[in-house]
Amino acid sequence: IMCASAKYNTRGPALIPRMKTKHRIYYITLFSIVLLGLIATGMFQFWPHSIESSSDWAVEKRSVHDVPVVKLPADSPIPERGDLSCRMHTCFDVYRCGFNPKNKIKVYIYSLKKYVDEYGTAVSNTISREYNELLAAISDSEFYTDDVNRACLFVPSVDVLNQNALRIKETAQALAQLSRWDRGTNHLLFNMLPGGPPDYNTALDVPRDRALLAGGGFSTWTYRQGYDVSIPVYSPLSGEVDLPERGPGPRRYFILSSQMALHPEYRLELEALQAENGESVLILDKCTNLSDGVPAVRKRCCKNQVFDYPQVLQESTFCVVLRGARLGQAVLSDVLQAGCVPVIIADSYILPFSEVLDWKRASVVIPEEKMPEMYSILQSIPQRQIEEMQRQARWFWEAYFRSMKAIALATLQIINDRIYPYAAISYEEWNDPPAVKWSSVSNPLFLPLIPPQSQGFTAVVLTYDRVESLFRVITEVSKVPSLSKLLVVWNNQNKNPPEDSLWPKIRVPLKVVRTAENKLSNRFFPYDEIETEAVLAIDDDIIMLTSDELQFGYEVWREFPDRLVGYPGRLHLWDHEMNKWKYESEWTNEVSMVLTGAAFYHKYFNYLYTYKMPGDIKNWVDAHMNCEDIAMNFLVANVTGKSVIKVTPRKKFKCPECTAIDGLSLDQTHMVERSECINKFASVFGTMPLKVVEHRADPVLYKDDFPEKLKSFPNIGSL
Amino acid sequence: MQTRKKYIFLTFLASWLLLFFFGGDQLRRLAFFSGRKSDGRRNWPRWTDRSLLKSFADPEELQRDGDPPLLSPRERRAAWLSAHGSGSCRMETCFDFSRCERHGFKVFTYPQQRGQPVSETYGKILRSIERSRYHTPRPEEACLFILGIDTLDRDRLSGHFVRHVDETIRGFPLWNGGRNHLIFNLYSGTWPGYTGDLGFDIGQAMLARASFDSQSFRPGFDISIPLFSKEHPQRAGDGGRLQRHSVPPKKKYLLVFKGKRYLTGIGSGTRNALHHIHNGKDIISLTTCKHGKDWERHKDTRCDKDNVDYERFDYQELLHNSTFCIVPRGRRLGSFRFLEALQAACIPVLLSDGWELPFAEAIDWGRAAVVGSERLLLQIPSAVRCIQPERVLAFQQQTQFLWDAYFSSVDKIVHTTLEIIRDRLSPHRSRSRFLWNTLPGGLLVLPDFSTHLADFPFYYLQHGYSPSKKFTAFIRAVSQGGSLSQPILRLIQAVSASQHCAQIVVLWSCEKPPPPSGRWPQTTVPLTIIQGRRKLSERFFPFEAVRTDAVLSLDEDTVLSTSEVDFAFLVWRSFPERIVGFPTLSHFWDPEQGRWGYTSKWTNELSIVLTAAAFYHRYYHSLFTKYLPAGLRELVDGLAACEDILMNVLVAAVTKLPPIKVTQRKQHKEVVAQQAECRDGAAGTAPPGQRSPSAPRSAPAKGSGSAGSRRFSQPQDCLNQLADWFGYMPLVSSQLRLDPVLFKDQVSVLRKKYPSLEKP
Repeated sequence: IMCASAKYNTRGPALIPRMKTKHRIYYITLFSIVLLGLIATGMFQFWPHSIESSSDWAVEKRSVHDVPVVKLPADSPIPERGDLSCRMHTCFDVYRCGFNPKNKIKVYIYSLKKYVDEYGTAVSNTISREYNELLAAISDSEFYTDDVNRACLFVPSVDVLNQNALRIKETAQALAQLSRWDRGTNHLLFNMLPGGPPDYNTALDVPRDRALLAGGGFSTWTYRQGYDVSIPVYSPLSGEVDLPERGPGPRRYFILSSQMALHPEYRLELEALQAENGESVLILDKCTNLSDGVPAVRKRCCKNQVFDYPQVLQESTFCVVLRGARLGQAVLSDVLQAGCVPVIIADSYILPFSEVLDWKRASVVIPEEKMPEMYSILQSIPQRQIEEMQRQARWFWEAYFRSMKAIALATLQIINDRIYPYAAISYEEWNDPPAVKWSSVSNPLFLPLIPPQSQGFTAVVLTYDRVESLFRVITEVSKVPSLSKLLVVWNNQNKNPPEDSLWPKIRVPLKVVRTAENKLSNRFFPYDEIETEAVLAIDDDIIMLTSDELQFGYEVWREFPDRLVGYPGRLHLWDHEMNKWKYESEWTNEVSMVLTGAAFYHKYFNYLYTYKMPGDIKNWVDAHMNCEDIAMNFLVANVTGKSVIKVTPRKKFKCPECTAIDGLSLDQTHMVERSECINKFASVFGTMPLKVVEHRADPVLYKDDFPEKLKSFPNIGSL
Repeated sequence: MQTRKKYIFLTFLASWLLLFFFGGDQLRRLAFFSGRKSDGRRNWPRWTDRSLLKSFADPEELQRDGDPPLLSPRERRAAWLSAHGSGSCRMETCFDFSRCERHGFKVFTYPQQRGQPVSETYGKILRSIERSRYHTPRPEEACLFILGIDTLDRDRLSGHFVRHVDETIRGFPLWNGGRNHLIFNLYSGTWPGYTGDLGFDIGQAMLARASFDSQSFRPGFDISIPLFSKEHPQRAGDGGRLQRHSVPPKKKYLLVFKGKRYLTGIGSGTRNALHHIHNGKDIISLTTCKHGKDWERHKDTRCDKDNVDYERFDYQELLHNSTFCIVPRGRRLGSFRFLEALQAACIPVLLSDGWELPFAEAIDWGRAAVVGSERLLLQIPSAVRCIQPERVLAFQQQTQFLWDAYFSSVDKIVHTTLEIIRDRLSPHRSRSRFLWNTLPGGLLVLPDFSTHLADFPFYYLQHGYSPSKKFTAFIRAVSQGGSLSQPILRLIQAVSASQHCAQIVVLWSCEKPPPPSGRWPQTTVPLTIIQGRRKLSERFFPFEAVRTDAVLSLDEDTVLSTSEVDFAFLVWRSFPERIVGFPTLSHFWDPEQGRWGYTSKWTNELSIVLTAAAFYHRYYHSLFTKYLPAGLRELVDGLAACEDILMNVLVAAVTKLPPIKVTQRKQHKEVVAQQAECRDGAAGTAPPGQRSPSAPRSAPAKGSGSAGSRRFSQPQDCLNQLADWFGYMPLVSSQLRLDPVLFKDQVSVLRKKYPSLEKP
């Protein structure tokens, strides 16, 4: 009994609780003063501020009709047409953005004006509901600045969302007289419906010189890659209709077409598809004989059958999004909202936010020429993938389509990422739906490298005051050929480590690090003295491991450098009676943890343990003086998604004079504490990251009928 | 002691309080003033009548999308073809997709012009295409055409410049205005302007060019390739230089540059400024004026001092000991430096405005490089200093992955180019950006196999999938007799008894037809018999019948027990990208003969798991059959016992990891001998005695030195030919075996889950 529990008793000497009570007074005083300070600051902060903001509110209480009117003389200047060769490095003034630690661009919005021509006729509607929402969203975002001199990007309040709702020449004149226009440099225009009859240009026809264009419906010819931003055409139905997300599972139709003004040629091709494949293809059109008062936009018909739109979209697996007069279609937004996988048939169309979104995960793009093969193409997609595409489609809508705010912020973020590329948002953040972000892991050591053997490992021995046993461990470990350095972490502040002359003489450098506080986490600190990738964490009482066993452990670690490779294995189990996790140290056929009393792992995990441990786990471990090894197992499994590797057979690791089989001798309270740790950590991590496996690693020839002296690691498993 | 502590504590508290009050006050004032300054119009106003505002478009207008266009889609597409010049080519206007429909994606290389030898580099490119699985010698089958004229160097002052290209290509009957042609180019333009001019009319041909500028780049049509030197290896090539994941990942220097400074002309702006960031400590930026013949004529005041500093540091030393490397534009946009930095795991900091980065259609450079702006050079030091260590570590690993996957050889650069074009032909069957930018990379992922990530062995963890819980037992039968042998009956019984077995597929590779279904044993799982064509490589054909992720590959005479199978399958589920199996071989380098050898005898290492009893992912069947060129499979068909080595080499080349050996009961000595007999009978062409020990080994294998080891030497050694084809030895050795947790431990047998594995 003594041997096994000794480990945890000696680590937390009796001195600690006494110091704690002394500290407690300090802590209480400190806490109360901090609290007082906080209250005081809060009062100063919010009192005058709230008065001020209420006056703001009074000013803002204005009507759109009250905005100042600006008369544009007929001869006021018109900007050049858009420059197709513009790129960020030629037409954008990055000096305005500057370097700032937050890596955020500053966006200024011009105040709203009403523009009229010489005769007093309005140039356009002052502002549409959507553009107002968009500007309000920018103004509420962290990109916003009201200081025109600090701005890096300017957003005119001239509404050009719909080209058909404005007069082109006069709008251009209105843009040209903006105070910081300067040929449109660093100005951002939002447009969703470009072009007009008869040939419908794919970009806004308003001359805009160097201004950036966030446009819906770009083609590859008008889109200036890396300069413009392709945005969706907002569908007002997004705000009006609430379509709850539909789970995976079969849907009534396989392919659905819901667009109203399709070119007859497309319609013929769709009908041919329907004739071939029957009921599973549904082609809808506008309804001709609706009773009065029913909005035509919310109904679709097929022969005499009437369907609710957009609800009907949820009945189909795939929904066709064909180009109309324009490339960008509002129906794309409805389709995504319904979780229907869009089949995009619009050659040369630049998909919304294609600079960052991976549309292959949410849609099927089919060349117009291949429309007749659509059915077979879609049938070749595995069901599991379809379900993921449905989820992905819905996620794209939620994150980037559902509101003008979402569209505005995504656009600004894309521009921000271009200006501060080293702080750009990653592919995963843009594309992974929350469910994937939650269940996936991205291993920080993803490159498969087998570290060179010559590097060796650094043994880190945590010790308090068991000098005799420590010296034995040092002597034993020093016999391992690949040991390159030995680091003793002296965790006793009240006693000096022994004189230099008393330490065992070993062939590798031996360093002693003294710690400031007796904490268990000191064992996992990424000391600069550790110059190898591999760390062997070893307790000062583990004297039974043979040199062969340790060397073999190191070789196994080299093959699995991103895992914990250790000797004593442990298991976590679900206790059905108590409905919680339980710690198990019996002889089991499975392992999910290794004790760090003797384990190899990568130094990177020391860095993670010290600086990136989630929640309060690190402090909790230090306070309880227990479970640092379980915490490490959780951390590594959570970040890599991989199991531990237990090496070599089960044996006694500690004092040989112990007769009880180790593991069985642990007292009951210890087990309860360890179980508590598992439950605590699982709740902090929000999941149970540990992986259970049934294997352990042995040398290739272990226990084989073969001369021992020809084996690389003969001395394995001896007691 | 105590009082001192108290004082320290009080001071600390006092400063804390001061901080709070002052800080709070300052904050408050700040907020107050900025509020004032904006004249009460801080934010966009909340209009009182905002709910009355009209929508930007009438719902009807939005859904009907204008009038139906006048032009029919077909007419519009036809009009595109004529209206757009070559300057605005896109796949849909300048590429004839119909050529690729009948025979798929096939590439034809023109025969070389007589009397016009191509440069060494262009020769490598042509050889790469001829080595690829897309090559066809028949132009009528081809979808893509590559010229036999060397177009790499279009600098008129260069010795490799080929004249009269225009006249020559017009004479080609296949030229067809350049349609479906791909033109490779590394250098274009010449001093002083270095414009992108090629000196001939490429018509509607696609351009794969280094130093592409984003303005002349035709998106989705052209391809930007990296600049590589003529020493760039044909295949394989050197691996990345990153040997270890250092923590912290910082190296000796933070940021380095060593190169020419142009005193005049294009590109001189950036290069002239580089010396400003040199601090002599962690940022080393050295330039020299010495280049060209008349540098002294333009020389300025800095030159002499710079030249002295320049000599003090070695380029290679800087490259390999720096965290970041500046890759500025030269005269042209791209430079050799880019690939050198990538290989050295020195994170490239690109200062080359308007450069269309290599393969940017597929590669997400934001993960492996810092794309800086030439105009903001002075911000670079502080920007790279701010990058978090974990991000630096990820950057470093990504440089190595990209280097190895797409750039380390001419083969890889050319194959990446071809795969990108192939992906465009059928967008619905193409690789997502995720696949291109995640290990093992786009070249090793076949979208024809599946477009779903969970169907591949590589992405389980990244997407939270897990491999299927069942496996397919795939037995190859080669018995001469028309009846079923005892071993195969026993094997079917043992395997079908496994709770994880979903189905059994027998590949009947004998001359005689398989026994009627009534003669096969009754099993609880479905049993399918496939009539084979008696080729050795056929066992790795992607048969439709195999439906599970896991395949248990077996020979008919393999002896396995149910618990061995169960345990091995559970191990495979932990390592789904590797081969997990029982009997193993170990490869070694024989320095005496200067060749590779392998041994099946007891060794302390292993690097090959025999596919006579092994689990692996179904995808490797597809990779084996579709990814490897036909020539390699023919080679395997002609050599005995080579197909499982090729499989192991392939998987090792993909994963860079060794296979895994699991516990097996002692009985396979005689199995090995039996196998050899069966193979001989089946393959016909195989030389006898291949698998059985033949000659005593003279040179001891690495780490083993056992007397019982044997070497298989044969004039046509499989392993050496494979190493030659891959250009290196992909096999990786392992020193471990995975056993059940309680294997041979001194506990009661009743506690053990796999007691039968321990029976002697």
